[in-house]
Amino acid sequence: MREKTLETELMLGNAAMARGLLENGCRMATAYPGTPSSEILSSIAALKNAEGLDMHVQWAVNEKVAFEIAYAGAMSGLRTAVAMKQVGLNVASDPLMSAAYMGVKGGFVVISADDPGPHSSQTEQDSRLMAMTAKIPVLDPASPSQALEMTGLAYEMSEAFRTPVMLRPTTRICHSRQNVALGAIPAEKGAVAFDKDPTRWAATPRFRFRLHGELEDKLAAIAAHGPTSPMLLNPAADAADRKMAVVVSGVAAAHASELLRNMGLWKELPLYQVRQPFPLHKAFVARMLDRYEAILVIEETVGVIEMQMADRCKVRGKLTGHVDRVGELLPERIGEILDEFAGRPSPSIPPLSTAGRRPTLCAGCPHRASFFAIKKAAPKGIYTSDIGCYTLGLNLDAVDTVLCMGAAISQAAGFYHVHKALEKRPDIVATMGDSTFFHAGVPALIDAVVQNVRFVLVILDNRTTAMTGNQPTPASGFGASGEPLVSLDIETLVRGCGVVFCETADPYHIDAFIALLKQAVVHSRGDGGGPAVVIARHPCLIDRHHKGPAHESARVAITDDCDGCGFCIKHFECPALYLGETEEQVRVDRALCSECGVCISVCPKGSIVIAATANGKEVR
Amino acid sequence: MTLSIQQQIVVSGVGGQGVLFATRLLAEAAMIKELPVFTSETHGMAQRGGTVVSHLKVGDFSSPLIRRGRADGLLALKPENVAGGHGAYLKPGGWTVVNLDRPYHHELAGPVHEVDADGLAAIHGDSRAMNLILLGFASARIGDDFFCSPDDLRAALEKRLGRKGTMLTDALAALAAGIAAAE
Repeated sequence: MREKTLETELMLGNAAMARGLLENGCRMATAYPGTPSSEILSSIAALKNAEGLDMHVQWAVNEKVAFEIAYAGAMSGLRTAVAMKQVGLNVASDPLMSAAYMGVKGGFVVISADDPGPHSSQTEQDSRLMAMTAKIPVLDPASPSQALEMTGLAYEMSEAFRTPVMLRPTTRICHSRQNVALGAIPAEKGAVAFDKDPTRWAATPRFRFRLHGELEDKLAAIAAHGPTSPMLLNPAADAADRKMAVVVSGVAAAHASELLRNMGLWKELPLYQVRQPFPLHKAFVARMLDRYEAILVIEETVGVIEMQMADRCKVRGKLTGHVDRVGELLPERIGEILDEFAGRPSPSIPPLSTAGRRPTLCAGCPHRASFFAIKKAAPKGIYTSDIGCYTLGLNLDAVDTVLCMGAAISQAAGFYHVHKALEKRPDIVATMGDSTFFHAGVPALIDAVVQNVRFVLVILDNRTTAMTGNQPTPASGFGASGEPLVSLDIETLVRGCGVVFCETADPYHIDAFIALLKQAVVHSRGDGGGPAVVIARHPCLIDRHHKGPAHESARVAITDDCDGCGFCIKHFECPALYLGETEEQVRVDRALCSECGVCISVCPKGSIVIAATANGKEVR
Repeated sequence: MTLSIQQQIVVSGVGGQGVLFATRLLAEAAMIKELPVFTSETHGMAQRGGTVVSHLKVGDFSSPLIRRGRADGLLALKPENVAGGHGAYLKPGGWTVVNLDRPYHHELAGPVHEVDADGLAAIHGDSRAMNLILLGFASARIGDDFFCSPDDLRAALEKRLGRKGTMLTDALAALAAGIAAAE
């Protein structure tokens, strides 16, 4: 259905998937941001604006909500899509499992981006296993251009079998750029028609049993679906006497193709790419097991294909220990695995010895001021934290726990309950970003209020979803395409959860902010009155959406009194302050310094001053 | 330059230095020359001042990643990433261009070209122009082992910043400063 134009464009994998969805008539798209998936929805929004498309595009408050909105669109006959990262799929797993039973009317593509490595995630989980659990088909692209093509295959399959279809890219697909051939984006909107059918859309357990049976029938048919069947990538290697073959999927297919050419094995070792790891094509499995004596399966991150090729004597992979079960399968490693399979020695590869530089909060980041204040107000506290830039509060020793979205509040509650009977219970301070609070913090806060949990919650309100590229939050007042939306007030929401102590302040005013936090800590030490919530409000410095005035410039200087004690370096860890190994005094990196002036209050000796007031003193 | 060109270049630095921008500009320069391009980028938390590395492959490749010991060149926006670090990507004899204000000791077998791109950027009046200065320097210094000439970079900048007059002028001036430093 997709018409090719003559144009090509250098495109990020995520943008290629966005393009593919729209070229194939997607008319509703939702997402919650998360690396490596975030640019999918922003690319859809940009194309919507550029092409003047009549479609609903939105960032949802979390992945579950995003899924349910897009699913209702597909129930109504439109082609729709939802995008998220793999741990986001955990949040959306409840509707996913049920939607698989009920099926769809319009095509519904669920994009779940995995992160082998992991580079920017809590886990290396494999979304293809989630597809297997849900019993929906999943496609596994090897490149940005193939990811684009698979959006079309996914929609056709989704409508042919009335099932949600998962598209599972990994980081190396999402964040590679390639020249991609463009197709036309159809302008017409599909017909909206929700047909009531309670035995499907509101099925009771009796009908669910029937739907489950239908689902199994669908899977059997999908395992014989021609357009998504495995491909032999090097037909020249397919001589009748071959005893060995390699099966690959995802980016491992791209790595293995290039490696076999470089190794001189392209015409020797048959290489099959599985495009649909679940359900694996039945005829393919039978043919492979019949034809070859040894089959090597290379896939990320779990042996999903391997476990469906049930012959442990012939099939080698993660289950047999031939392929690593942990970490990303980099091409260097795949080369070694292929060499071993082919019975050849591996060439030595230079090691990558340096660990590299750790990430840090930006110079002038308001979170740094908040963390510094938290450590002042509750120096021996338990600090629960959460997912976002502020995880980097680790560098300031102000983060003790990071579990998953929203857990800072519930874990704080858990720590309170286990310590509450002790004679001396520790102060507990939870930190959570504004977007994370909306995503999963609200139910946990309600619970904490009801259970009278004594702790301080600091909502790090930088007015954006910063880590993933400054997407709007429910407080922003605008949406994915820049359209005006309702802006939700966090303080009203917090009070609505039943919180009595709720104060908002700017952490840049560090002395007043420390005083406020101390007040909150005192509140949390009492016996009643519920949690204390402090909203630390200051916009993210790198948020291009933020239109308001930048902070008042406070250009700082280091006085000659600086004795190089390193307190500011250790406890404030601002990248704009540095102390060279051979130097005796701290210096300011002018290129990095945002002139927030917070460090003036940090120096215990008063050696950081406003440059303009340093008259008479020799300042650097 | 012909379609048979096959080059693999690693661009490394720390988040915020403009590694992504430099990689993308090189990829666009290759596109203008009608060469196939494949890049791989670092997004996410590492962009907050952590080590970031981009892989750029120009020519007929199927994998987005460069294997260690295979790169034709390394553009290092931070010297700390070269020795023992991203230098491992270089093939024997592969070239390195490093942003550095003084000669330094290294154990790389291939040619190493040093340019004080930060210092030149300060003179230029915009510390963020460092990446363009480094690219300009490399394009003028390396020759055939780097697919991208100064003219290719100019063309890529014009295509990218075409409608933004002063931005283009500033960018071309930064590029020129790097090119001049190579001569």
